[in-house]
Amino acid sequence: MDAFLNQVFAGLATGGIYASVALALVMIYQATHLVNFAQGELAMFSTYIAWTLIDAGMPYWAAFFLTVVIAFVLGVLIERIIVRPVERAPVLSVVVVFIGLLVIFNSLAGWIYSYTIKVFPSPFPKEPVHIGSHFFSAHQIGAVGVTLVVLGLLYAFFRYTPLGLAMRAAAQNPDSSRLVGIRVGWMLALGWGLASAIGAVAGMMVAPVVYLDPNMMAGILLYAFAAALVGGVDSPGGAVLGGFLVGVLENLLGAYVIGNELKLAFALVLIVGVLVVRPSGLFGKVHVTRV
Amino acid sequence: MAALLEVSNLHAAYGPTRVLHGIDFSLEEGSITALLGANGAGKTTTLRALCAMVQTSGEISFGGARIEAKATEDIVRLGIAHVPDGRGTFVNLSTEENLRLGAYVRKDKRAVEQDFERIYAYFPRLKERRHQQAGTLSGGEQQMLAVSRALMLRPRLLLLDEPSFGLAPLIVREIFDIMRAINQSEKVSILLVEQNAAMALDLADHAYLIETGRVVLSGSADEIKQNDAVRRSYLGY
Ligand SMILES: Nc1ncnc2c1ncn2[C@@H]1O[C@H](COP(=O)(O)OP(=O)(O)O)[C@@H](O)[C@H]1O
Ligand SMILES: [Mg+2]
Repeated sequence: MDAFLNQVFAGLATGGIYASVALALVMIYQATHLVNFAQGELAMFSTYIAWTLIDAGMPYWAAFFLTVVIAFVLGVLIERIIVRPVERAPVLSVVVVFIGLLVIFNSLAGWIYSYTIKVFPSPFPKEPVHIGSHFFSAHQIGAVGVTLVVLGLLYAFFRYTPLGLAMRAAAQNPDSSRLVGIRVGWMLALGWGLASAIGAVAGMMVAPVVYLDPNMMAGILLYAFAAALVGGVDSPGGAVLGGFLVGVLENLLGAYVIGNELKLAFALVLIVGVLVVRPSGLFGKVHVTRV
Repeated sequence: MAALLEVSNLHAAYGPTRVLHGIDFSLEEGSITALLGANGAGKTTTLRALCAMVQTSGEISFGGARIEAKATEDIVRLGIAHVPDGRGTFVNLSTEENLRLGAYVRKDKRAVEQDFERIYAYFPRLKERRHQQAGTLSGGEQQMLAVSRALMLRPRLLLLDEPSFGLAPLIVREIFDIMRAINQSEKVSILLVEQNAAMALDLADHAYLIETGRVVLSGSADEIKQNDAVRRSYLGY
């Protein structure tokens, strides 16, 4: 029972990472109907920035918040400089741009930092925490906590602030948004900034577990895709739940059924399965196209 | 007195398709001016041209200043509110959020909060439905919402694109009565686009008739009503 609970909890901890990256994907998808394949590499690169700051002697939390800000600015700049010129280009061109970004960030990280893995610190204690008779890793509890705080802040931002409302409006109905005076282009750029910032948090939370290397996010991006699809690719709440669900399932299947080596295959099976059986996901809207 | 809106030699095109071929019209401050014409004449395109939503050439002045080179988002900030063709509802947002977006560019936040009550006094139905997702409102309610969203700007000029379209006559009457009240009590000038010429001419002071991208007739609403060609083709008597 103890082992089982620990597996579930470990699943929630990684699930929070998937949920964050899935949410970043869904935010951009909702606004542009495009999947940003470079989302994971952007998160990885941001984590290297954090590593550099910490390595230079900056206290952990200062480096953490500075990295979030840098990642936000980086996201905004990428949208303004690289994505915006291809805004009206065919989908395939945009996909090529995204894949180009993916490769560039991966190579850039490898070139600057080398491909050897680095240890990334956790801000949480090394000793396990016991709750009742159970022992949990402090980093896992901390990572879930940080994820929940980020998700809560985002929810409050979109739900209760005028800017959050304007961003939702711009994603849904750009023409009507312009007619009420919303600068739709900037809302898209802000969306990229937020998505990039969320990814940076996810990267910093997962790096102490998987270690830091330029390919750190590849598998995670696949799980995040699966999570976004399970939840419904146009539902932010669904993507978050999907993330936690995929994290727990992955961990339980890995521990008890298929073993760790086949876990990544599970993500693929899930992606294909959802696409075939229920393309709109658990919480997504079913789109009926009139012919 | 100079006109509030002055349009001259306005051309507009969708890519290679040229739709407006040099339109001239003007609108006096405080008036209700109607643009009439059959389906496909170019009425919607004219309104979209005023808000820089299509490629245009020609001159547009508003309140004495040229605006044809401005972006849609900046034209709104001058006090031009547009109720677009198809109503432009934010279907996934609540009624209240739709209204809040209408006031997006306003800085006087306290007055915006009071304006919700002003709007709900005109359209009590919207108050009942204020937490409901706007896409689930009826056609008439969505038209009321579209007009209200525009009024939340506290505009100087209201552009209305076929507010009667697809609605029951009783609802149309209700909306038109409120338009008249708003024009009279709040001094909002209105440019009204309609296929329903009879209703529009009852409401308007002045009217222009558009056929295939050109103004073919203009005058006071009474003169237009008396015109034989208009009576035959647009009023049906
Ligand atoms: N997005 C568009 N692309 C190409 N042609 C269009 C578009 N919208 C309208 N048109 C054409 O422009 C002409 C005028 O349309 P519109 O301004 O909508 O007329 P109205 O509002 O008077 O019914 C029509 O011939 C229509 O087919
Ligand atoms: Mg029209």
